[in-house]
Amino acid sequence: MAVDRSLPTSEAADLLDLTVSLVEEKIAPRAAVDERQGLFPRDLFTTLGHSGLLGLPYPEEYGGGGQPYEVYLQVVEELARGWLAVGLGLSVHTLACFPLAGFGSPNQRARLLPELIGGERLGAYCLSEAHSGSDAAALATRAAATDQGYRIDGAKSWITHGGVADFYTLFARTGAPDSGAKGISCFHVPAGSAGLAADAPERKMGMRSSPTAVVRFDGVEVAAEARIGEEGQGFPIALAALDAGRLGIAACAVGVAQAALELAVGYARQRRQFGRPIADFQGLSFMLADMATQTEAARELYLAAARRRDAGRPFGKQAAMAKLFATDVAMRVTTDAVQVLGGYGYTEDFPAERLMREAKVLQIVEGTNQIQRLVIGRHLSREA
Amino acid sequence: MGVQGGRPPAMNIVVLVKQVPDTATERKLNPADNTLDRASSDGVINELDEYAIEEALLLKEKHGGEVTILSAGPDQATDSIRKALSMGADKAIHLNDEALHGSDSLQTAYALAQALRTTEFDVVVLGSESTDARTGVVGAALAEYLGLPQLTLANKVDIDGGTIRIQRQTDDGYDVVEAQLPAVVSVVEKINEPRYPSFKLIMAAKKKPVTKLDAAGAEIDPAKVGLANATTETVDFAAAPPRAAGTVVKDEGTGGVQIADFLASKKFV
Ligand SMILES: Cc1cc2nc3c(=O)[nH]c(=O)nc-3n(C[C@H](O)[C@H](O)[C@H](O)COP(=O)(O)OP(=O)(O)OC[C@H]3O[C@@H](n4cnc5c(N)ncnc54)[C@H](O)[C@@H]3O)c2cc1C
Repeated sequence: MAVDRSLPTSEAADLLDLTVSLVEEKIAPRAAVDERQGLFPRDLFTTLGHSGLLGLPYPEEYGGGGQPYEVYLQVVEELARGWLAVGLGLSVHTLACFPLAGFGSPNQRARLLPELIGGERLGAYCLSEAHSGSDAAALATRAAATDQGYRIDGAKSWITHGGVADFYTLFARTGAPDSGAKGISCFHVPAGSAGLAADAPERKMGMRSSPTAVVRFDGVEVAAEARIGEEGQGFPIALAALDAGRLGIAACAVGVAQAALELAVGYARQRRQFGRPIADFQGLSFMLADMATQTEAARELYLAAARRRDAGRPFGKQAAMAKLFATDVAMRVTTDAVQVLGGYGYTEDFPAERLMREAKVLQIVEGTNQIQRLVIGRHLSREA
Repeated sequence: MGVQGGRPPAMNIVVLVKQVPDTATERKLNPADNTLDRASSDGVINELDEYAIEEALLLKEKHGGEVTILSAGPDQATDSIRKALSMGADKAIHLNDEALHGSDSLQTAYALAQALRTTEFDVVVLGSESTDARTGVVGAALAEYLGLPQLTLANKVDIDGGTIRIQRQTDDGYDVVEAQLPAVVSVVEKINEPRYPSFKLIMAAKKKPVTKLDAAGAEIDPAKVGLANATTETVDFAAAPPRAAGTVVKDEGTGGVQIADFLASKKFV
């Protein structure tokens, strides 16, 4: 039941074919076992790098794939269909590259971008802190100016790829403690910098193969060249990155929903009760119909937002809508998939329960769904 | 090749690639002429040919040179040629002529030999058999037509100067076979792990040259190819019988022995 996609170019169709074969042969077969053991599949990201998938939406001149978001996001969706830890990992890596690609100086881009987007390196995006989640502008990690550059002190929480990333895109306060959103700057910090260390990963409800950890910056010295954009420009950079990143989360959600839908339909067609396949019962087939409709609608919503972005039109409101809708759909569809499988759905012998646990995190990351409504509401009250 | 000893300056490697029906889909024969109905299923690169491509790319990485794909097949074989190019091959020759339809293994080998005469090569690499016909003789016949040494069933290939040495896989080990280049080598799947194409190579593949060749261009004698002139004939065919029910072994203390006996009878152990 492969998704029937309309893609803008034949090269995009080839790219999706490549992605699907990677998912089917290399990625999906490992998801269940590795998730149970909480193994981080670093090798699969190396494979993605070899295949040129770690920099798809970035310019070809720096080693990227030069693809529109419409295409890049469908690759993320397919990867997440196979294994959320990989799809979300790619989305977070893309997010971590965003500040440098969009706001780096020509010199910084030439020096750093090729290895970030054209190679096999993996990035992390460090915004959240223990006391600054939804209220991201309240962050306290400090970057104090020194003769050579900056000295960074503080701790970032919930960092995807914390401890396994090759570089950290960091938001830290360069202004006074009470400078709010205006006192934040963005930095590129390589892994292995003296004073940078990660705690043991969090023990999570799902997506255990994607390490999430506190990353500590203990007197980390960076050169002035490590700052991306102007001093004080960090918060707008973070928000711009998240606008695009939310589309990645929406695509992940559709991938997880699609996996649950395929599982449920396949099961319902072969499971027999009362002498016939359970898919023949209207009560059950209406559930499948709703799951399919919601998944399709969620896909089209993120694609509509992506096409606005690709056309250079504002897309922040649409991205928030897509993230909100798609992740709620993923939660409903995965919950219903467990129901379709009955008792078997509640066991680890089938992926339904794992997909349900995975869907939940998507309603929380990169702005909770309450925060998405807040963003949409603000757009509505400001629009003419 | 004309190089006496020492390492060839750069190797011209030709890989034979056949498009076959996807083994994952249902395959059909055409009752009209008993040939394969290629339109009824998706075409993919014959699996063993992917190992041949990989081996050619490894040889190129080690010795320098160029990898050329040679494929005989109808229009839709272009897809498989593109895929081969997107794994990293440099260029391709597509031998495509209605006159070749229905050619058997021997005729195909003749046609491929003729096509190979249009290009320079030091070594020809191919998969040891295809998943559709499974005759496994094209490599040998091709070497015969070209008057070149054949090294078959290779699970390891080494080239040193003008000498090629392979390990030929056997039931209980391997033979070491050596020859002078140019030569024809067929490979088995143990030889390597074929790479995935990369997106950059997919894009680059669109710009790589594919030379179209017809029977006349390859100086193929029309009287020697095609269904009407085939040296073998498919007289009849029948659908595979439905799978028989399996044997259920009830373990009453001797289950392990029975399983071992079964495996031994099938030569698995
Ligand atoms: C697996 C995982 C991976 C993550 N990866 C990263 C990462 O790579 N980088 C990174 O920087 N962060 C990451 N995060 C952090 C994530 O973005 C935050 O968890 C999220 O922004 C919410 O912050 P919080 O957890 O502090 O919740 P809080 O902000 O404390 O929110 C608690 C509850 O209050 C609600 N709430 C808060 N404010 C409002 C309001 N104004 N109106 C209505 N409701 C409100 C929220 O919706 C939520 O339900 C990750 C989190 C997880 C779980």
